[in-house]
Amino acid sequence: MPTRDIAGTTVDVNEEGYFTNPEQWTEAMAAVLAQEEEIGELTDGHWKILNFLRQDYKEKGTMPTIRRVKNAGGIPTKDLYDLFPGGPLKKSSKIAGLPKPASCI
Amino acid sequence: MSEGKIKKVSIVCSKGSLEGVYPALIMANGARMEGIEASIFFTFFGLYAILKKYQDEIKIATVGNPAMRVPDAKGMALPTWMGAIPGMSAFATNMMMKEMEALDIPPIGEFIEMIHDAGGKIYACKATVDMFHLTLDDFCPQMEKVLTVGEFYDLSAGAEIIFT
Repeated sequence: MPTRDIAGTTVDVNEEGYFTNPEQWTEAMAAVLAQEEEIGELTDGHWKILNFLRQDYKEKGTMPTIRRVKNAGGIPTKDLYDLFPGGPLKKSSKIAGLPKPASCI
Repeated sequence: MSEGKIKKVSIVCSKGSLEGVYPALIMANGARMEGIEASIFFTFFGLYAILKKYQDEIKIATVGNPAMRVPDAKGMALPTWMGAIPGMSAFATNMMMKEMEALDIPPIGEFIEMIHDAGGKIYACKATVDMFHLTLDDFCPQMEKVLTVGEFYDLSAGAEIIFT
């Protein structure tokens, strides 16, 4: 299992850089990952999404779909795409220290 | 790897059955999820997917569908003549919609809205609009423009064209 160093801590990731153990993630790492994903500075809008993804994953044990982010998380699909352009669910999941979303929706 | 990446898709949705419409929607939405530019050109009976009065009444074609099985996908083969029994299409649609809801696949109206909000473009075919005597009022608000086939090709420059 590959590991990598983010913000001074070694974490477990898969081949594509997604966390395999979300417990290892810290908020400080999100800022570093956001730069890598070319999202830039994380705003309150970004954090609302990251927090929902983390909370929902913790409760359900699976990654939410974009539809669930909209309907259960109350985050408009347009906001998700505007804040994380170029692959919103994948990028936000990676920054939130979560596994790669596996759904087609 | 990045050199071979698909950047743009133009999907033609020509069928008005549930199994005709969903693949187009899923492919368009999936493209946007990957950061791929996506548009859907609805033509012929596929146009019903963007007619606000009819888009959520779209049903599975049970007639002439030899792959149908009951009560689920691994059940007994449904004799094709039974597909014509009144209510069969509605019943099969209802069953499948339940399965889809469990997978978080939205109803057509909501799905079109999501694709639109994701930056996907929704177009209608001019020839069909004329043939069906439709006006702009008949369409869901996400429909961007009625296009001739020439305009569709113009907008599809550099895209992979997918016909469903």
